[in-house]
Amino acid sequence: MIPATFDYIRAGSVEEAVSALTEHGDEAKLLAGGHSLLPLMKLRLAAPEVLIDLGRVDALRGVCELDDGRLSIGAMTPHQDVIDNDLVAQHCGVLADVTRQVGDAQVRHRGTIGGALAHGDAASDLPAALLALDGTVVVQGPSGQREIGAADLFVDYLMTSINDDEVITEVRVPKLDGSWGWNYQKFGRVAQAWAIVGSLGLVKRSNGNVEEVRVGLTHMGTVPLRATAVEQALAGAAIDGIADAAEHAAEGTSAPTDLNATTEFREHLARVLTKRALTAAAG
Amino acid sequence: MTSVQMNVDGETHSDEVEPRLLLVHYLRDVLGKTGTNVGCDTSNCGACTVHLDGRSVKSCTVLAVQADGGDIDTIEGLAEFNSDDEEAGWHPLQRAFHTEHGLQCGYCTPGMIMAAKDLLNENPDPTEDEVRHGLEGNLCRCTGYVNIVKAVRTAAAEMRGDKVDAEVGA
Amino acid sequence: MTALDTPPSTNVGVTKLRKEDAHLVTGRTTWTDNITLTGMLHVALVRSPMAHAKVTNVDVSAALEQPGVVAAFSGADLADNWAGGLPCAWPVTPDMKSPTHLPLATDEVRYVGDAVAVVVARTRYQAADATEHVVVDYEPLPAVVDMEAALADGSPLADTSLDSNKSFTWQKIDGEIDDAFDGAAHVTTRRFINQRLIPTAIEPRSVVCAPPRETRETTLWSATQVPHILRLMLALTCGVPEHELRVVAPDVGGGFGSKLNVYAEEAICLVLARKLGKPVKWTETRSEGYQATIHGRDQIQDVSLAFNEDHTIRGMKVELHADMGAYLQLVTPGVPILGAFMYNAIYKMDALSFTCHGVFTNKTPTDAYRGAGRPEATYAIERLIDEAANELGVEPFELREKNWIKHEEFPYMTVAGIEYDSGNYEAATAKAKEIFGYDELRAEQAQRRDSGDPVQLGIGISTFTEMCGLAPSRVLGSLSYGAGGWEHASVRMLPSGKVEVITGTSPHGQGHVTSWSQIAADALGVPYEDVEVRHGDTNVAHKGMDTYGSRSLVVGGYAVQVACDKVVAKAKKVAAHLLEAAEDDIEFSGGTFSVSGSPDANTSIQDISLAVFAAHDYPEDMEPSLDSDATVDPENFSYPHGTHLCATEVDTETGRVTIRSYVAVDDVGKVINPQIVEGQVHGGLAQGIAQALYEEAVYDAEGNLTTGSLLDYYVPSAADLPHFTTDRTETPATSNPLGVKGVGEAGTIASTPAVINAVVDALRHLGVNDMPMPASPRNVWEALQAASNGGAA
Repeated sequence: MIPATFDYIRAGSVEEAVSALTEHGDEAKLLAGGHSLLPLMKLRLAAPEVLIDLGRVDALRGVCELDDGRLSIGAMTPHQDVIDNDLVAQHCGVLADVTRQVGDAQVRHRGTIGGALAHGDAASDLPAALLALDGTVVVQGPSGQREIGAADLFVDYLMTSINDDEVITEVRVPKLDGSWGWNYQKFGRVAQAWAIVGSLGLVKRSNGNVEEVRVGLTHMGTVPLRATAVEQALAGAAIDGIADAAEHAAEGTSAPTDLNATTEFREHLARVLTKRALTAAAG
Repeated sequence: MTSVQMNVDGETHSDEVEPRLLLVHYLRDVLGKTGTNVGCDTSNCGACTVHLDGRSVKSCTVLAVQADGGDIDTIEGLAEFNSDDEEAGWHPLQRAFHTEHGLQCGYCTPGMIMAAKDLLNENPDPTEDEVRHGLEGNLCRCTGYVNIVKAVRTAAAEMRGDKVDAEVGA
Repeated sequence: MTALDTPPSTNVGVTKLRKEDAHLVTGRTTWTDNITLTGMLHVALVRSPMAHAKVTNVDVSAALEQPGVVAAFSGADLADNWAGGLPCAWPVTPDMKSPTHLPLATDEVRYVGDAVAVVVARTRYQAADATEHVVVDYEPLPAVVDMEAALADGSPLADTSLDSNKSFTWQKIDGEIDDAFDGAAHVTTRRFINQRLIPTAIEPRSVVCAPPRETRETTLWSATQVPHILRLMLALTCGVPEHELRVVAPDVGGGFGSKLNVYAEEAICLVLARKLGKPVKWTETRSEGYQATIHGRDQIQDVSLAFNEDHTIRGMKVELHADMGAYLQLVTPGVPILGAFMYNAIYKMDALSFTCHGVFTNKTPTDAYRGAGRPEATYAIERLIDEAANELGVEPFELREKNWIKHEEFPYMTVAGIEYDSGNYEAATAKAKEIFGYDELRAEQAQRRDSGDPVQLGIGISTFTEMCGLAPSRVLGSLSYGAGGWEHASVRMLPSGKVEVITGTSPHGQGHVTSWSQIAADALGVPYEDVEVRHGDTNVAHKGMDTYGSRSLVVGGYAVQVACDKVVAKAKKVAAHLLEAAEDDIEFSGGTFSVSGSPDANTSIQDISLAVFAAHDYPEDMEPSLDSDATVDPENFSYPHGTHLCATEVDTETGRVTIRSYVAVDDVGKVINPQIVEGQVHGGLAQGIAQALYEEAVYDAEGNLTTGSLLDYYVPSAADLPHFTTDRTETPATSNPLGVKGVGEAGTIASTPAVINAVVDALRHLGVNDMPMPASPRNVWEALQAASNGGAA
């Protein structure tokens, strides 16, 4: 209930945050909205010696269009601001729709897109969404900025390829034109619970066929996954091939067993939810 | 220790706090504003819900230092003080929770009302389903929620200036 | 029995908005954790991370060096402070085994969360920090987790001081049980698992204790349902003279049985405050409470029903294994044996055999959780009746109607030997079916089955009864309970005509202040607003048996009525004296005493109150006081009943169960405040449905609670529950003058089988005949898998 003591650094800029990270190394943790980190600290499952608060780095909030045609979302943008943003609604409504299913209202007011992705929890909703969107994150470290594709971001359980001295500054997602449809099937025990399994289907339709399909899976392994076998089976196929293609949804996954589901049940849910997500996305 | 200053229910407070001090403990133990309750340690129950800069947050999952410079509204600041007729000063949500029996033990009530207030700011005329989903971050163990939903819709009608029958359900 | 000179009801039976609400909706509350006393210190406990171990060493020295730490003690350090262990007030059998339960364990820990040391510091944060510096050496012992394995030969022991893991076997056989089964045309047998639940009152437990100052009195505030019981039991446990101990239950945020206990932390805070001479506070965190506050249910139920050829019931056999957890708390062993009177439910039968084995495991102790024994019994019989109906090929309602007690048969002595005084199962059922649209839903169900809809519809029935109004003291005595079941009330007439009602009940959400005001206002003929109700402080309400078991209105409200009647009787004497009339000629109505036939000769109860205060002129054969006390002991339990119907949609692809509609028609007798009654039903339904669909406390093989917080223990939110349609029938109870039966637990007791029956009904045609609780997607899907693989699930 009560976090252990720590030293508190309020960063005024990304540069300040990076230099504090460099100074304190792995004793330090970044604090974004705090809705992944603070619960762990309260249960004393995490006890960083230094907490670097990004809350005052205003440059990390907001959404803009990039010259290359993508959207850039500041890492410290709260979930609710992503949901309410006009550019997101216009160009990447799927991100708003998935974000709307994160946590509960209070969590969405404080939790941030960058924080959720940096935490890298395969059971949370946004990592699979970023993966399905082929989005990227921009990180800044002592040696400058680099952009990491979603496929390279999530390395293992609660582990990302972001270095200890790097800060996520932006999340970049493509604009989707009007031929894309999407649906996120989040399946949990109760409304505010984490997904037992989630499946995000994105379908680009063309003349009654599926031109391109992306499927992101939540909680089907130690990292978020793409259902590549489904994507391959459905690319260029007729829409009525969805049900058959969805049967491949669990291929290549390594779903955990816990109280809510065995591996077998998770695999089953992945197939059912993927079928439903793609059917809704194509409809 | 770190300095914090914030406006809580219309009053400015400045204190030196440990960085790890949770906002809810700042409110309760430092300021003595015990109207806001703690019901869990995992951000599930919502009993500690207050508004930070106008949006509902779980004050057990915010550090006081994060709220520095912010405006905090709690259940204690919701009613207009009226020494002649207390209930006349109540917010429509407080009144509706009372008239619709939207509380029993009352422990979840401050958080529930503050969450509902934010919900109605965003959606002044929610359906039953929208109220239920809008309050998914707040747990009540006494009421079974039926009368909470009713109360929120009754208050919404009053706040809109409607005299609508907020009877819900089948 | 009727109330003396009953005045017209103007408050009873109508909704009065709650007097309790004003401070609750504005945050002006006094939860125990809100109490801050000058110089107050904070207590934190060091708890065992192991389910079972020898404690070989506890070293608090490093903790004492931590900032702000004032004191730290091991169990051994405090061992001499206990006059006894924490109490179990219900030795159900003479040979019942009960391990010594010291508030701080000394040499052996018996569940994860068992407290081994305590630290006291200046702040909450410092106390929490210091616990990490207490060094405890454990020598692991095998953990006993499974009840049946615990009873097997050679099982490790949950407590090494005992010679087996069995606490007791309690048996009650009514009628010729062997004959009933030997001659049966059909027997339906099932095993049901009534899973372990965590009550989860939203206010965590909290204790504040102030040592004596100007008097010898020690004051203990606790988030408790039972301040009176607590006072006595703490006095005995801690060796504090009872008259020097004041216990206060301030605002209490729900209980559901979890605050019906005498807890280690209450005893520890009492001892520490007196030992240190400083006020102390302890407040549990939720995760801590999930280990250290009692759990509920956790029974294996083996049940059989024997039928005649004509489908009438011959008899029932019940064998229970009830998980006590590691220790016997206040009423732990009594909870399952309440079922001995409830398994026969509303049904007529000639024989009932009930056997209960209380089993120790290395888990958090169980105790009363909303319904306490009756939900488990009701679940088993209402599930079993459905299964029997299926086996016999009859409609579930048909089998129920054939066997239930007809309304003209009341009062009815049941096979279990208690007399149901009143009831009308036909009326409640007819009303419920009509509101529910039973026939239409059956038609839709058939259609969905025919079309092979992936979402199947199920209809669940629960025609339940329960026993409330705990309890006739002589019955409790016959069951070896350590106290009576009476309740006390005092009514004080103030000189200005205002009224104070002091009740021995201890509300924590039930609205007693409002309902008792309604009863007193009508009984005395005073305005509702002129009544104040005081409770929950042993210095104010000196006598009481507190609040649990749906007893407060039935027994406590009854006491208020009787105390008011005594006030009126005294006032009548004074009225006769002042009006110079014979007492027999005085009529009382609406607060006015008048002379029969001379309505102008009258006086009000308020004027009499003032006159008695002045005491210048009053009858010689009485004292100058209208104040009255009543201690009532009910002559019988009360028996609420009802018919609940639930329609579930079951997604056969995902296993998700969604409640489409829920209709509850309850007969709780006369109603004091319809809005409060409806609210009690709603809340009960939510908890019963939560058992059916969401909640389960799970332990791993090492005895760790894997559902250790609200992250894994799924308490439903508004988004997870449906709207409830509630209605009532009204068959007054005859065992109290108010005609009331109690309503606090009805919804919880009735709803769990209604939901599970609906889930099974949705899937019956797919071969599913059983459904483990909770009916989670995983459990539903696995039942469907098992059925489709050929075996009956």
